[in-house]
Amino acid sequence: MDGPTVTMQVRHLDGEVAVLDIKGEVTAACEPILMSAYEEAGGSAAKRLVLNFAGLEYMNSGGIGMLVTLLVRANRQRQKLAAYGLSEHYREIFELTRLDEAITIYHDEASALVGAAN
Amino acid sequence: MTEATGPERVRTAEQIELSAREAAAGVTPRQDHGSWAAKVDRLDVQQRDGVRGTNVAGRRLTGPVQGFGKMWQKTYRLDVGPGTSPQQAIATWKAHFPEFWPPGNRFAGALTGISPGDVALLDLAIGGGVKLSTGVFVLYADEESFTLMTPQGHMFAGWITFSAERSDPGTAVQAQVLMRANDPLYELGMIFGGHRKEDVFWAQTLTALGRYLGAPGAAGVPAGTVNPAVSTRTVCVDSKRQWRNARNIWHNSMVRSVLQTMAAPLRALRRRSAQDG
Repeated sequence: MDGPTVTMQVRHLDGEVAVLDIKGEVTAACEPILMSAYEEAGGSAAKRLVLNFAGLEYMNSGGIGMLVTLLVRANRQRQKLAAYGLSEHYREIFELTRLDEAITIYHDEASALVGAAN
Repeated sequence: MTEATGPERVRTAEQIELSAREAAAGVTPRQDHGSWAAKVDRLDVQQRDGVRGTNVAGRRLTGPVQGFGKMWQKTYRLDVGPGTSPQQAIATWKAHFPEFWPPGNRFAGALTGISPGDVALLDLAIGGGVKLSTGVFVLYADEESFTLMTPQGHMFAGWITFSAERSDPGTAVQAQVLMRANDPLYELGMIFGGHRKEDVFWAQTLTALGRYLGAPGAAGVPAGTVNPAVSTRTVCVDSKRQWRNARNIWHNSMVRSVLQTMAAPLRALRRRSAQDG
């Protein structure tokens, strides 16, 4: 299997909110990249983490499992996790796996930032 | 900000804006659209021969978010040698999935094998002559992996991914469970022997698959036993229990299966008297 083909860039909007821009393929193989991005986002210091999936090109079930692992880490630190930029296809996958019950999905970044702040 | 580029829209490099990296490399982006099951709210099942088929219809799917107990990731892995490609291993696993299960357990899936959206009915031996009736949903399936997700009432809330990959010197097959016990009763069961039983179950399954694929050393391993070459790795992902989900116990398929087994003679009597009357 080839190595991960994903990039995750972190944007700090203020001390408490970080946005992760995810581009490429999300599979179990990119867990180290996600966890590294999580640490860069502030680890336990960030109170809200927003995942931007607008650049998501491919995701398998291993990728969903990896997001569950991220969710556990965020819950442990009492951080809110939100997402936006999901295509209809990936939004349905979040609903099918019931991940949407733990990671709130928003239409765009502005609403995700407002929602995550409440 | 760029708009989402879902794989379902991919056509050619001219029709879409392939990244420069992909276009230069002549890489066709992978597509997952046909690999995922369509969204369902509640499971719809068709009765299948050889299993009781209860405790599945109308149930919702449950992932680790909906479960109760500690969250575990368990990985079972076996090297099957260089003679089988990952794609061949998964094709075989999909086509013969029930045959690799340990004796006493039944998996009644679709005749076509394992496809996204299929619901399979299970009868699992839990001792005392009682079969736990539950099911699984095929969440995802491609050429190198497939994933089953559990419904309400199943022992665990989560999914199990079966995969194969090139691993020097050959191909390795793997079953990886990401789960929480579904309710407090199952959590107790997992603590008192359930984890060990599950480990043996999947190790026996991999052993049977390895034997079928001609894995190195598999010929000397008797049926119904575990090939010592199967490796097991267990990680506690979350040691916290989700008490808000304790009421999942209402759907507990083990309790319901026991009650259904006890009520079976009464149901048979009622049927007979209805026929006589």
